[in-house]
Amino acid sequence: MSQYDADSVRKDVRQWLEANWDTSLGLVEWRNKLIDSGWGEPHWPKQWYGRELPVGLVPVVDEEMERIGAVGVARMGIRSLAAATILAHGTDLHKQKFLRRILTGEDTWCQLFSEPGSGSDLAGALTRAERRGNKWIVNGQKVWNTSAHKADWGLLLARTNMDLVKHKGLAYFIINMRQPGVEAVPLKQMNGHASFNQVFFTDAEVEPEMMLLDDGDGWKVATTTLMHERRGADGLRRYPKPSGRPERIYQEEDAEIASALAPYTWYPQRMGRVDLILERARQTGKIADPVTRQEIAKVLIMSRSADWTARRARVAQEMGRSQGPEGSLGKLAASYIARAANRVHTTISGADAMLTGPDSTMGGVIAEILISTPAISIAGGTDEIQKNIISERVLDMPKEPRNDTDRPFRDVPKNAERK
Amino acid sequence: MKFSFSDEQQEFRSVVRRFLEDKSPTTAVRRLMETDKGYDPEVWQSLGQELGLTAVHIPEAYGGQGFGVSELAIASEEMGRTLLCAPFFGSTVLAATAILKAGSEEQKKALLPGIASGETIAALAIAEDSGLWDAAGVAMTAKPDGGKYRLDGAKSFVVDGHNAELIVVVARKGGSAGNDGVSFFTVKADAKGLDRRLLPSMDPTRKLARLTFGGVEAELLGQEGAAAAPLAATLDVAAICLAHEMVGGAERLREDAIAFANQRYQFGRPIASFQSLKHKAADMLLEVELAKSAAYYAAAAADEGDAEVSALASLAKAAASEAYMQTAIHAVQIHGGIGFTWDNDTHLWFKRAKSSEVFLGGADHHRERYMQSIGA
Repeated sequence: MSQYDADSVRKDVRQWLEANWDTSLGLVEWRNKLIDSGWGEPHWPKQWYGRELPVGLVPVVDEEMERIGAVGVARMGIRSLAAATILAHGTDLHKQKFLRRILTGEDTWCQLFSEPGSGSDLAGALTRAERRGNKWIVNGQKVWNTSAHKADWGLLLARTNMDLVKHKGLAYFIINMRQPGVEAVPLKQMNGHASFNQVFFTDAEVEPEMMLLDDGDGWKVATTTLMHERRGADGLRRYPKPSGRPERIYQEEDAEIASALAPYTWYPQRMGRVDLILERARQTGKIADPVTRQEIAKVLIMSRSADWTARRARVAQEMGRSQGPEGSLGKLAASYIARAANRVHTTISGADAMLTGPDSTMGGVIAEILISTPAISIAGGTDEIQKNIISERVLDMPKEPRNDTDRPFRDVPKNAERK
Repeated sequence: MKFSFSDEQQEFRSVVRRFLEDKSPTTAVRRLMETDKGYDPEVWQSLGQELGLTAVHIPEAYGGQGFGVSELAIASEEMGRTLLCAPFFGSTVLAATAILKAGSEEQKKALLPGIASGETIAALAIAEDSGLWDAAGVAMTAKPDGGKYRLDGAKSFVVDGHNAELIVVVARKGGSAGNDGVSFFTVKADAKGLDRRLLPSMDPTRKLARLTFGGVEAELLGQEGAAAAPLAATLDVAAICLAHEMVGGAERLREDAIAFANQRYQFGRPIASFQSLKHKAADMLLEVELAKSAAYYAAAAADEGDAEVSALASLAKAAASEAYMQTAIHAVQIHGGIGFTWDNDTHLWFKRAKSSEVFLGGADHHRERYMQSIGA
């Protein structure tokens, strides 16, 4: 039996919030208090700002925070992946130096995994880290790095040894992004936004104590980060919404939210905006067209069924039952829904689908859907990789043959050099 | 519960599955599908007496088990998995539900216990030669005749209609149209003027009959002229159960196809190791899991009295129609040449997928009905 129950947790957190919540505090000042109380991340270890509360009871704390209108710790963006990775694999020094400033929101983080030459095959990273004297010296290029241009710290996967097999020659570093050898350059996408960066390393430096676990453990640590990333990718995670309230602390939080969400304004559009379909069909009169009605129904049916499938997975998890295949399907379903929604929006819009910009339909939102959905079947694991995972892990079909695990990484065939 | 099954429901499913794996192997399916009768009376009897499946959603007051649509649907799913040859869909799912939805207290007491025990096989005759499962599509007329009625016309695609002893019929008052003037009637199978003919059905595991009525004596079931609403409610339950039957069959087809692909070697490797097959299999899983979620949600919604149940029933039927047929097409393809032979079992499910695709209305019909149900 757990020593905790929902009622006593609710009582405790409510009591603490009623005594301490104060809208006249500054955002960082309040969060420091919240962190010290253990209610900021109550499922974290007691030694590191938590209360070791069972994860199942965290929603009780969230509800009480919401009830009184209290602002929570900073969780948006890569910082929560950094915290999870540091908690799992970091030294006391790492925890001491980074965790509190992650939770207060004072530090911004970015992830430095993907490279131009390694997308689906992340472990094929070629960015090098070489030991020179008392430093690791980093050279190479990363890509798809959200917020890297304003990040204080980066989670870096780099190759330290070309003569070991691929997954063994990697190390995982925390790198200071504010140094001369690190240059973040925005990467413009086909939809005109630049939500990500390319990051170039030219003799950038990392202190030896900023490695997580040991040299050679890079892939293991990266797997932890990726696991937390996927866990948040089922579409059910709640982001705080700007409250618009006048008190100082809310104003500060709203600014933080706006800045964190700025790269993501087009994200709902890349999902296909199923929520706009009926409204648009009524506006244009296409709702009366039997062919369009069929196509609309197909998308709505797929979308609702996918939501229910995600809920089935989540309920199984909450009930402590072994998860069936339904937990692995959300990402692939989202791709198909986005693609089908794009087609339906095109049908509904007709010739207007050729236009773009603020004067086009719905202030450009429709145009943005039409050119953003290709991202969803690529980002965070392509459909092809998802299907390999589903067929191998869920359906137990044979694994793909590989050419890269039986020889030193140096000898693994790589992307052709450009002449 | 819309997103999970209770422990009792899971136990119920495994009991039904064990029973059906034992009683309905494909050898039995193949034997029974060649007969006109189409089912094994002994299996039917144990289905009713030992498992109580013929009574699952009939309230205890009428000799039933008193469970809900969810349990009825679980049984349907498992039967779809093994292609059980039995008059379950016609008698328990369709006819009993119609009597439950439309009948008076007295009629339910008189008619349901026999169906619940499995001793009476009943059928529900809705569609006619036009193949429409709704009140507006009914052309058959009922004429009052001294407290009883006389039916004239023809019913077609009547599932299990050739075996039934009790036939529930939908007919309309002469001169009425649309949802108006439509009533339920009950007719005894040996009534004078009733001619029953077994239709040559493409899916021999589901028997269909054409019934012609020439002044056949019938009794009114429920309120005169008020059948449209209970008929729609009956068809919602039927569509939900059919969707379950379909996802059960689709899942079995996928499992068998992948098992085959793991054993079949070409070019020195199992064909299941080719990415073209692995990706197809992932798509098959996705499509069927989405259809399952829809079917499960709709069944729970029916039990909870959800106002949206008609929309959900159509959603589930449309999703299952596409998923089952697509799975069946892929399953034949994965088997290759052998999959197109009579000796291979895949075609048994392929044909069930095809007949289920259009039974109670095809995916197009249910997508349109979904749109109308959500006010679009």
